Amino acid sequence: MTDLPILLPAYAEILLLGMGSAILLVDLFLPERLRGLTYWLSLATLAACFVLTVEVVRATGGQSAYTFGGMFVADLMANVLKLLTYAAVAVSLVYSRRYLAQRGMLCGEFFVLALFATLGMAVMISANHMLVLYLGLELMSLCLYAMVALNRDSALSTEAAMKYFVLGALASGLLLYGMSMLYGATATLDITQMAQVIATGRANGVVLVFGLVFVVAGLAFKLGVVPFHMWIPDVYHGAPNAMTLFIGAAPKLAAFAMTVRMLVNGLIDLAFDWQQMLMIMAVLSMGIGNLAAIAQTNIKRMLAYSTISHMGFMLLGLLAGVVGGNRLSAPDAYSAAMFYSIVYVLMSLGAFGMVLALSRAGFEAEDLEDYKGLNQRDPWYAFLMLLLMFSLAGVPPTVGFYAKLSVLDAVVKTGQIWLAVVAVIFSLIGAFYYLRVVKLMYFDAPQDTAPIESGADVRWLLSANGLAVLILGVMPGGLMALCLVAMQNLYPLAR
Amino acid sequence: MGLLSAAIWMPILVGGVLLALGRDEHAGTVRWFALVGAVASFLVTIPLITGFDLASAAMQYQEKLPWIDRFKVFYHLGVDGISVWFVLLTSFITLVVVIAGWEAITFRVNQYMAALLILSGIMIGVFCALDGLLFYVFFEATLIPMYLVIGVWGGPNRVYAAVKFFLYTLLGSLLMLVAFIYLYNQSGGSFALADWYRVPLSMAAQVWLFFALFAAFSVKVPMWPVHTWLPDAHVEAPTGGSAVLAAIMLKLGAYGFIRFSLPILPDASRDPYVSGFMITLSLIAVVYIGLVALVQADLKKLIAYSSISHMGFVTLGFFIFNAYGVEGALIQMISHGFVSAAMFLCVGVMYDRMHSRMIADYGGVVNTMPKFAALMMLFAMANCGLPATSGFVGEFMVILGAMQFNFWVAFLAATTLIFGAAYTLWMYKRVIFGAIANDHVAELEDINGRETLVLGCLAVAVLAFGLYPAPLTEVMHVSVTDLLKHVAAGKL
Repeated sequence: MTDLPILLPAYAEILLLGMGSAILLVDLFLPERLRGLTYWLSLATLAACFVLTVEVVRATGGQSAYTFGGMFVADLMANVLKLLTYAAVAVSLVYSRRYLAQRGMLCGEFFVLALFATLGMAVMISANHMLVLYLGLELMSLCLYAMVALNRDSALSTEAAMKYFVLGALASGLLLYGMSMLYGATATLDITQMAQVIATGRANGVVLVFGLVFVVAGLAFKLGVVPFHMWIPDVYHGAPNAMTLFIGAAPKLAAFAMTVRMLVNGLIDLAFDWQQMLMIMAVLSMGIGNLAAIAQTNIKRMLAYSTISHMGFMLLGLLAGVVGGNRLSAPDAYSAAMFYSIVYVLMSLGAFGMVLALSRAGFEAEDLEDYKGLNQRDPWYAFLMLLLMFSLAGVPPTVGFYAKLSVLDAVVKTGQIWLAVVAVIFSLIGAFYYLRVVKLMYFDAPQDTAPIESGADVRWLLSANGLAVLILGVMPGGLMALCLVAMQNLYPLAR
Repeated sequence: MGLLSAAIWMPILVGGVLLALGRDEHAGTVRWFALVGAVASFLVTIPLITGFDLASAAMQYQEKLPWIDRFKVFYHLGVDGISVWFVLLTSFITLVVVIAGWEAITFRVNQYMAALLILSGIMIGVFCALDGLLFYVFFEATLIPMYLVIGVWGGPNRVYAAVKFFLYTLLGSLLMLVAFIYLYNQSGGSFALADWYRVPLSMAAQVWLFFALFAAFSVKVPMWPVHTWLPDAHVEAPTGGSAVLAAIMLKLGAYGFIRFSLPILPDASRDPYVSGFMITLSLIAVVYIGLVALVQADLKKLIAYSSISHMGFVTLGFFIFNAYGVEGALIQMISHGFVSAAMFLCVGVMYDRMHSRMIADYGGVVNTMPKFAALMMLFAMANCGLPATSGFVGEFMVILGAMQFNFWVAFLAATTLIFGAAYTLWMYKRVIFGAIANDHVAELEDINGRETLVLGCLAVAVLAFGLYPAPLTEVMHVSVTDLLKHVAAGKL
């Protein structure tokens, strides 16, 4: 542990908490014409959190820093993921503003819920204690349930929120039950200590494995991988587009971090067991996600199934870490999974951002048919969407290819070449429905001739987002190296 | 920046500018800008051949920069005698195609020209890449512009053809990616081609890898029986797209065999079963597809099948492992680049006037288009391998090589001279000769100056390399000998 002022690693979260509460109050007393202030305050808060996190990295020099008695950790992985979470949430807010304003949902609650959800994600990412992890997860999830239901008059949204809530609560229960079993076996909830107890081999193996099963099931639900994926298509479809964007982006980073905290930080000595579970889930997710996506006519549902398949692909990186008890290549494999998650969030932001940019008052651009002839209506948006779709399909020179490459490399290193072949075959099947979007945009004539009315801010940000997919595709080295360093410094892997 | 980087990035840059700034309102400017870009891109590649060191088998004009440290990937370019001509061929055909699309493309001209130019840069990248991953990135990236070219400017069934083209080739490439990652791990974490040439591999591993690479390259060539995407793609693609597809894209697959499969997996390649398998597939392509071409009613389909048949010669030449075979195959690739592009452009010339690709709709074209008929005659002759055209040199050398290898292989390969002549000349007779078949033919106008220029350039190339193929053979010879020595040494 480094000798630092005790709360420094958590400054950003503390600010987020304070500002979230402040915005809640400020919004109550703002006159209607100043309502825009909440939007800018929220963005400013996220920017400040971003800067503070950068400062934390600088102060700790990339080393792991613990606070709150070791329950909260700010290591490089946490800081990188938090930075990206703040950025992703900010981007989501910018994309959503016009959409929400046109539907009367641009109210204080939205921003407060978004900020508290972000706080929950940050806590999940930095948790080094099972209860803190659970706390962060619940904070995030409750905010997300409420956000899905924010459009009270829509039966579809309410139904989606209800499903999300019931299934989410069930998953949280599973996770909590698993944690309690782990506690029973190891007599600690601190993730680092738990790893040490398991390493001694004195914990009861049967209880541990039972606990592990429940934990993995809970994690799988949050990641949305088969067979715990049922909620994803319905929630993505039913939620207002802006909420789909929100749920589809930043929470994936938090879910990834939570998975790493639980499985790698805490239970790496059980890797043999959980890797097998992840393998089954990964193969099923890639299969069901990609096959079901083909049948969709709604782009949100299609992207929902695509999420399932991408999370399955990401799991391949996580399950390739420990080979026969050897952890030498683990940082490579986990950094591949981390890179994959980050890239996925980037692409997901862009794709759902496009859905929002093309929506207008009284019109949701959520049917695939709505993308027909986009190249004639707006060649630039069509080109950006083309980049995003090819990136999702994993075709070079977009960054999606390098995400797939690093994960496949990790899998091949373990000697499970068949798994890599299965993965690429499912990617091929997946390429079909991404190609179909390109086909609709470029090959077909437009049905809808209404002008596209997205504002300049969205246009610039979406351009940056789409081009980032290409630029990172030409120069992916920096981000890859960052992920690798982050994973090399992760507690159980650091040398 | 080196010459090769310039050759790759200049067309891509011009394409990017066209995409960003071009509008259909000023299509004229767009065309001229694309032409200037294509000419400049072609001129950049000329010093490659004039300054080429004939005595060296090493990679020339090398450029090496670190690219992705995490995977030790380098931006490593270079050309040897095998690849240098393809760089020139690519930039030349792109120039020709840009001119050929001048009037035929009427909407979204900037996107069309940009797609062709970007595609050209990417394909040059494939021929220059000396790093496995760089090669893969370029190899895959070709799919995107071609998908759009077929899908946006293609014929009535273009969507089916475009998707089939994309998915078919993607399947092969993805298996190749797994093979590349395996090689990367076997060679101690290197994507460098030079390291892959040296890395020891067991026979079993070589055979597996061979078939993984085979999946990618055979689809691209395309070899029988994975050729079915090609007729669809050719028929539906616009003329320029067909020309690029036949002239260069097919060569990417064959180039992959000679740059990757043979030197990295020499023992698997020379294994009698594997090479016998390859030779069998090649001969089926030559004979059976030649017969299939004979019965086509659609001009573009006929030329597509003729391409497959000619590419069968190329793979045959590679897998008989002697200098005649390999050099003949390479010359055949270059020659076929000119001839197939010319044939597709000829069909394009007629299609622009008649809007039909059916042989039955034509007849007696020579009466109204004498200049065109003369030029097409030359290309038809080159297509059936008449001496004094470039088509003869490659085929003759491959047959010579095959004769050294086995009489019956040579015998079957030589039947192409009959089938090729049969389907090409019969098609030519039905389309060009005879009495004027209908009113539409009677109203045809002969080719204008632009079309004469396009076909004339190709005619000069076809004749020049047919009469004097030494520039091709001299450049290739040292590299091919070196390659064969490497393959003969093996890795076991």
